[in-house]
Amino acid sequence: MQLDDLKARADELRSEAARSHRIRVCLAASCQSSGAGEVCEGFERAVESAGRGDDVEVRRVGCLGLCSAGPLVAVDGRNAAFSELYRHVGPDDVEGLLDSVEGEPVEQLRCPTDVPFFQRQHKVVLENSGLVDPDRIEDYIAQDGYQALVRAVTEMTPEDVLREVQTSGLRGRGGAGYPAGLKWSTVAKAVESPKYVICNGDEGDPGAFMDRAVLESDPHRVLEGMALAAYAVGASRGFVYVRAEYPLAVERLERAIRQATKEGFLGHGVCASPFDFTIELRMGAGAFVCGEETALMASIEGLRGQPRPRPPYPAESGLWGGPTLINNVETLANVPPVVRNGGEWFASIGTPDSTGTKVFALAGRVENTGLVEVPMGITLREIVEEVGGGVPDGRAFKAVQTGGPSGGCIPVELTETSVEYDTLRAVGSIMGSGGMIVMDETSCMVDVARYFMEFCMTESCGKCIPCRAGTVQLHDLLVKIADRRATSADLALLEELCEVVQMTSLCGLGQTAPNPVQSTLRYFRHEYEERLVETPPGEFLVPLDVVDT
Amino acid sequence: MPPKPQSPTTSVRVVTLTIDDIDVGAREDETLLQVAAENGVRIPSLCHLDGLGEWGGCRLCLVEVEGSSKLLSACSTHVAEGMCVRTDSEKLRRYRKTIVELLFAERNHVCSVCVSNGHCELQDLATECGVDHVRVPYRNDVFHVDSSHDLFRVDHNRCVLCTRCVRVCDEIEGAHTWDVMGRGAGCRVITDLNQPWGESDTCTSCGKCVQVCPTGALVRKGTAVGEMEKTPDFLPYLTQMRGEV
Ligand SMILES: Cc1cc2nc3c(=O)[nH]c(=O)nc-3n(C[C@H](O)[C@H](O)[C@H](O)COP(=O)(O)O)c2cc1C
Ligand code: SF4
Repeated sequence: MQLDDLKARADELRSEAARSHRIRVCLAASCQSSGAGEVCEGFERAVESAGRGDDVEVRRVGCLGLCSAGPLVAVDGRNAAFSELYRHVGPDDVEGLLDSVEGEPVEQLRCPTDVPFFQRQHKVVLENSGLVDPDRIEDYIAQDGYQALVRAVTEMTPEDVLREVQTSGLRGRGGAGYPAGLKWSTVAKAVESPKYVICNGDEGDPGAFMDRAVLESDPHRVLEGMALAAYAVGASRGFVYVRAEYPLAVERLERAIRQATKEGFLGHGVCASPFDFTIELRMGAGAFVCGEETALMASIEGLRGQPRPRPPYPAESGLWGGPTLINNVETLANVPPVVRNGGEWFASIGTPDSTGTKVFALAGRVENTGLVEVPMGITLREIVEEVGGGVPDGRAFKAVQTGGPSGGCIPVELTETSVEYDTLRAVGSIMGSGGMIVMDETSCMVDVARYFMEFCMTESCGKCIPCRAGTVQLHDLLVKIADRRATSADLALLEELCEVVQMTSLCGLGQTAPNPVQSTLRYFRHEYEERLVETPPGEFLVPLDVVDT
Repeated sequence: MPPKPQSPTTSVRVVTLTIDDIDVGAREDETLLQVAAENGVRIPSLCHLDGLGEWGGCRLCLVEVEGSSKLLSACSTHVAEGMCVRTDSEKLRRYRKTIVELLFAERNHVCSVCVSNGHCELQDLATECGVDHVRVPYRNDVFHVDSSHDLFRVDHNRCVLCTRCVRVCDEIEGAHTWDVMGRGAGCRVITDLNQPWGESDTCTSCGKCVQVCPTGALVRKGTAVGEMEKTPDFLPYLTQMRGEV
């Protein structure tokens, strides 16, 4: 297949689609859980019974963004005459909305899109989300999908692709922010073969669902990103590792892989070039630690999902000992636009150190919860107050937590901090994978720290002593402080153990588990100290039960 | 012309580095722990055992390597030319001590009534790391004791989850009777599919797991307090004879 054929096909698909009105119903997991499935079927039935199948298309799309207002439905007039977004749509609203395709909006359901929530966003990763039907490869092609891949394998060398990614400045979106171009070039340089490409879709951070949205709303983008990565590094086999709690993502990915293989974008001789690339799906069984790259690879190999010491890094010795490129879903989803529009284009978004955009799952005490994609360099305050609509119920904004169990709490005084890898690190948090929890004056920081420590404690794989035994002790100390049973000696022990667990744990889980404690201690120490007592209430040694045999 | 140097396998370079200010030479495929031991530098460790695959779980052998912001486990880090390694510092000593304390508090290591008393690697480590008392609260959780095997006993109260038994059974005996189940503090070594040891179909009763266990978790039945002595030295010999190293 040549690039021109694909472009012609995209044009044809677009003009075909423009000939009818379109009703886009969000069927991402969040809207589905509030009844979008029924709404969608309602539309399909109504269109059929009104005999309008020819001029109204009902499209099942992915995330439309404002998850808290679901089910969301967008109505587009023929030839892009107008486009309206509607919120909290129920089965009873179907008839009215169907009539509105002629241009009469249904006022009481309208969801204004000229507000900062939509205006301040910059969509790159989510550009197709809510526009395409994730189950139809044609929709992706109509959005210029797979053009980057076809151009790469027909007109570019692997080094050209690599150079674009290096120029783009793209950094890993899975948490650590490692430069993607550097990682790719290390794998490309490795002489051993076979090589592998892995897409990390384990997404275990509590409250985070960025990767789920990408996989559910636009799966082909991730496949194209993987194929481009494989071409650049010289791999011929890829794996997508998705957690089994995302059945919809799994289903859509499976279908997308079948369609892409059938169309020749994957498989033997991609787009009739000598480049072979197949993608297989692997499901995680719900362990947070399986998102850690070495544990993830062990899991793919069929072993117990436990990390191993690095070095050697996966780029040198990964899956079955072969050089392996492992990137996060969002990282790979950025690759097709990087190759399509050039690395320079991507680097012009965001800041010099942190290029492009970042998707955040906005949650907690904030008006608009849901997924937002913002350019790097935006300040935390802008995200919370403008995009997020601020803290509800007239309460005071206290802090924002980023990076989930590996991250930290940033107090309101520091929310002018811009969203960049290094600035967030400097204030004691991390970019993380995209969880962002807003807290108001009623949130207790000791409780926040305790919650995340409980998470790490239960998710520790148990391999290394400091994490396995240390998180248990840290959690107990935090409970003790929260319950006002701790003394200043306990607080000192807490701080000392934090250091040991951070410095000596084997993998990132243990190494970062103390972060929420340390960052709340840094900014909200008084909340800990307030709860300390002079003399602890009497404590007894629990007698050991007689051990049975 | 002199004959070309021949190497039995693929060629391995020789490098020099410093460990605690001592200049040492090493083969590129050796680990820091090996090279330190060869040169008389003792690095505390627990899960490592000569002759078994490396595990990297106890974190006691962490060392400082110049140019690396993270501490590295000596058992899993290969030497490199010009490396500058420090195995003993105030910080490392403090971390090692805390790790041993965490182990003592995790399960029920009551030495005075243990058959391994006096021949226990955990005890030795406590002495070596200067643990004279434990600052973190004892957990006092009760763990199971399985006496169903004719010859041996497993007391989970004394297990440190080093997985030496798992590795020796898999790598050396080839039976893979042992494995680990559970997560975090709930981890436990199990026989077969979590069946009583005595009912295991795969166990050959060779006793290697007992010999490599560093504590009183795996013991021979019929031993009284302090009587259980272990001899894991057969391992390096066995692996060498099999040509696996
Ligand atoms: C405990 C733990 C959990 C992790 N979970 C994830 C995850 O769910 N998704 C992810 O992409 N990366 C996760 N990571 C990071 C990965 O190890 C790895 O760095 C990442 O997939 C690399 O991709 P990137 O360079 O594109 O960010 C996790 C790391 C740790 C230590
Ligand atoms: S730090 Fe925690 S999760 Fe990571 S290897 Fe150690 S015990 Fe397992």
